[in-house]
Amino acid sequence: MNEAVTRIGRAANGITEELGRLAAFAGRILLVTLRPPLRFGEFWAELFKIGVLSILIICVSGVAVGMVLSLQGYTTLVRFGAENSLGAVVGLSLIRELGPVLTALLVTGRAGSSVTAEIGTMKATEQLDGLRMMAIDPVDYVVRPKAWAMAVAMPLLSAMFIVSAIGGGYFVGVHLMGIDGGTYMSSMENSVDFENDVAGSLLKAAVFGVIVALISTYRGHQAQPTSAGVSAATTSTVVLASVTVLVFDYILTALWGV
Amino acid sequence: MTDEAVAGARGPASRSARSVGATATSPAVSLSGVHMSYGRRPVLRGVSCSFPAGAISVVLGGSGSGKSTVLKLIGGLIKASAGRIDVAGRNVVGLRESELYVVRRSLGMMFQNGALLDSMSVFDNLAFPLREHSDLGRDEITARVHESLAAVGLEDVDDLLPRELSGGMVKRVALARALVGHPEILLVDEPFSGLDPLSTKLIEALLVRINRQHGMTMIVVSHHIPSTMRMADRIVLLLPDTVVEGAPAELRSSEDVRVRHFLTEETDDSEAVLAKAAEFEQGERRPERRGGAGAHP
Repeated sequence: MNEAVTRIGRAANGITEELGRLAAFAGRILLVTLRPPLRFGEFWAELFKIGVLSILIICVSGVAVGMVLSLQGYTTLVRFGAENSLGAVVGLSLIRELGPVLTALLVTGRAGSSVTAEIGTMKATEQLDGLRMMAIDPVDYVVRPKAWAMAVAMPLLSAMFIVSAIGGGYFVGVHLMGIDGGTYMSSMENSVDFENDVAGSLLKAAVFGVIVALISTYRGHQAQPTSAGVSAATTSTVVLASVTVLVFDYILTALWGV
Repeated sequence: MTDEAVAGARGPASRSARSVGATATSPAVSLSGVHMSYGRRPVLRGVSCSFPAGAISVVLGGSGSGKSTVLKLIGGLIKASAGRIDVAGRNVVGLRESELYVVRRSLGMMFQNGALLDSMSVFDNLAFPLREHSDLGRDEITARVHESLAAVGLEDVDDLLPRELSGGMVKRVALARALVGHPEILLVDEPFSGLDPLSTKLIEALLVRINRQHGMTMIVVSHHIPSTMRMADRIVLLLPDTVVEGAPAELRSSEDVRVRHFLTEETDDSEAVLAKAAEFEQGERRPERRGGAGAHP
């Protein structure tokens, strides 16, 4: 019994220490952000890698999710004779929930893992130490542009996911299931509120962006400088960021109703 | 070690490099009672040694003796658990990272595997620290980069990426990058590892030439005994229980058998390896003979 309590205590201590280090790391990113140079060049390059190169996977996934959502929604609503509300169901569920969450999970898998692997490999090959010996802070030069690019790209990618999904849902609902196009769009327009739904969705996506950015850069920065260490860090980024996004999704919805 | 011993080991050219006044006699870097552990494994236990200004000092020792750790401690890349490390007049133990950046401006480091930024071309790798820390214009930066590349015997490599370079070229580019900021102290980690004999001699000659031309303090970690004996003004040998330092000639005639053995280990090892190979070969043949005897009684 005592041993079990000791283990739980140690685990709690470990988690608390890790959270403390993560908070300190976030503080360092904020601190270097306030100091010149602003490193716009590096930021744009990372925004391209994280954002632009993710557009295809986001749009394709969005269309697929919208199509299946519309199909499932129609099958359910038609039982109650409420198929004309399909636009509202698809729009609200995508904007309020599925858009930000699925985008965060997709970006974690595509870009978050890549950010961790890149920083971890730079550590394993002593490139980060090389920067430090040149009196250049790796958090400033390597981590900051990646973290900000991830945080900025996430709401934009989420918006693209939602638009693609609404398009996919429209195709299935209107062209395959025979719902009137005007009814589909007006149902959506009447039920979606900009302040509560759209702005809330963007806020959610921004929070998820910060979470994925922080976890992926931190894990890369803390990776053991070996191939196994980089691999473990990459895996842990995907797992931890995905779970954290889902947990925060509930917290944000419960607390602020977004 | 006496100054005469250093001068004697270097010859006339080296004397000019060491004629930098007071700095030639005072240590540029010194360690005093330094302890360092990786987790529970102690690597350095109370190590004290010094590296004279303007001289080439080579750190020798067995695998895991803490040679590269000494370089990383001097650069402040890792923290000593106890002791004092004076670099260019400042004790780097206990300095914050932001304070270490000031000290590192006077240091250059060539890493064992180059540590070149793999997303940048050779030119950008060298220009990067200049763009970050100086007000030099584009033309001046270009001139400085080409000057450094020329110093290591490279040209027309500006646009190549690190992955397009051979092992020897990576080492030379890494050396050029370490030199581009005109450091006072150059830290060199295993410059000869993984190189063929010709490339080894080339890097060795480059280091000696740069030292003699600029009087730059060099601290080199190496396993390569012949190069060490040729280029070193001072050797710091890390043994399990002590540190032995002095000129190559002094260490060769040391009364400590471990020191003499270490400095001649290359020859001894070759003989030992050959002897073991012969034993192995004989051992491999014996069962064959036994098997043959069984087959034909």
